[in-house]
Amino acid sequence: MNDLLLVLNDPDRFDFRVRRSAMVDPAVLERERRGIFDRCWIYAGHESEARAPGDFVTRTICGRPILLARDSAGAIRVFLNVCRHRGAVVCRERSGNARGYTCFYHGWSYDRDGRLDGVPGETSYPPGFDRSQFGLMSPPRVDVYRGFVFVNFDANAMPLADYLAGAKEYIDLVVDQSPTGEMEIIRGTQEYAIRANWKLLVENSFDDYHLMSTHSTWLDYMKRAGVAIPKPAKGHLMPSHGVGKALGNGHAVIDNENFRGRPVAKWIPPYGEEAKAEIERLRAELVQRLGEARARRIADTNRNLLVFPNLMLNDGSSVTVRTFHPAGPDRMEVTAWALGPKGESAKARAIRLDSFLTFYGPGGLATPDDIEALESVQQGLATWREVPWSVMTRGMAKEGEQLNTDELHLREFWIWWDRYLKAQ
Amino acid sequence: MTRQDVEDFLYREAALLDAWQLDDWLELLTDDAQYRVPSNDAQGGDPKATLYLIADDIQRLRGRVTRLKDPQAHAEFPHSRTRRLITNVRIVSADERAVHVECNFAVHRFRRDERVGQYVGRYRYTLRLTGGEPRIALREAILDAHELASLGAVSFIL
Repeated sequence: MNDLLLVLNDPDRFDFRVRRSAMVDPAVLERERRGIFDRCWIYAGHESEARAPGDFVTRTICGRPILLARDSAGAIRVFLNVCRHRGAVVCRERSGNARGYTCFYHGWSYDRDGRLDGVPGETSYPPGFDRSQFGLMSPPRVDVYRGFVFVNFDANAMPLADYLAGAKEYIDLVVDQSPTGEMEIIRGTQEYAIRANWKLLVENSFDDYHLMSTHSTWLDYMKRAGVAIPKPAKGHLMPSHGVGKALGNGHAVIDNENFRGRPVAKWIPPYGEEAKAEIERLRAELVQRLGEARARRIADTNRNLLVFPNLMLNDGSSVTVRTFHPAGPDRMEVTAWALGPKGESAKARAIRLDSFLTFYGPGGLATPDDIEALESVQQGLATWREVPWSVMTRGMAKEGEQLNTDELHLREFWIWWDRYLKAQ
Repeated sequence: MTRQDVEDFLYREAALLDAWQLDDWLELLTDDAQYRVPSNDAQGGDPKATLYLIADDIQRLRGRVTRLKDPQAHAEFPHSRTRRLITNVRIVSADERAVHVECNFAVHRFRRDERVGQYVGRYRYTLRLTGGEPRIALREAILDAHELASLGAVSFIL
């Protein structure tokens, strides 16, 4: 099995194929868990989700329950949410503020810094029992880039800043839209499952080739709402120009001229006349703070960024932070949040959230069709023995620039996916 | 309105939605109606400050219906079959202009390939009385599930 070619990459013959068993074989998923999810930097949450000492959120990443919390000094910490005694989770609430964390099973308690500070009946432990040896544990590595908290289960992993490589430039484009230099996760989480392999959502999240056919009803809605949807240029499929780029270490992006409006800061009619002044004010602030060129870069382009392997930052109709984990070869669990500038005006926040819901999320006018598409693929992949390969060659014969509707960025994901699996 | 009047109205609405008579359903709404489904972890909020799953004003809601009637709305083509059970209807408050109603729902959704979803929760309605006829000014579907999870999407009118 380990020797079976899963990604066929032959640039000389313009051939690139992915073996479909990679989306259905439980053995491949096991290799991914060890070779990718336990070796790459994985998004755990955002600093804004825990603000004051004792604030916490709980979630599951890479199959492990974690606590993202502020300790007594106000520093961001990630703990494995598990008691050192016999293994129960020590916090069963989604979020809150805690003096500490007490395992209800036998009553071991931990303070905000993860120190074991209470053991019922401690005198029955043998001499030498040392509480300080039994604090809450953390993943081997925890690091933060501009508010985004990552963990790594490989103690020998390269530093996060090196790992992020060219993705940093695109994270900066998201964060720099905030006058305070800080973004925050907005209250309200969209958590949903898709009956499809997790890698299909990587592809889908920045695959503009599907936009015109999968999302024609969204485009129709935008047109009827008064948004100018330009006719694609000759030989193009999209209303505006956009490119696909590799950013190193498996990260990749599509980078598009905006036509669909942006809360920061490109007004479109569905925002309403009354929103015009606010959008203009936000744009003026960008220009004043960052200069005309950088302001245009932020306000007039949409960027869907993959941070390898499973974080998407879609800075389009709004900013969405979307991460997803496999729950089997044919099922993934998706969590999506809206991200906005800290201290954003109430008016701008309302525009941002309204714009989010037109496209994104399980009740949006577009995302449900993506879910349907991925589940439809997963059903089709049951024929993987008879139809073993998916084709991913768009743009391969082109010199230079690759379009957002080409597949360079998808190939980049798969090349690195394959590299990590082989490196085991 | 008596509780029985409210129930008659809600049952008629449910029948229209289950039959996918969406244009007729839109007729039950006021011109400034809002339709909301909060995110599962943030049930008491304001869509101006909290991320919802759905927070439509009447313009987007009409657009949603136009979309759902289009065979290109892939998530609902072919249409899901739904069956809505509405119960525990309570008039929470009322004045001469509007009635505020809460009730429980279990909406069973059936897709091909044995994909079945049970959407369970409560509705909050504001029914406005205009010319003696009730019209829906606010319709909020609050799901009990902690996560949307295997329900996947809210691609039909919940």
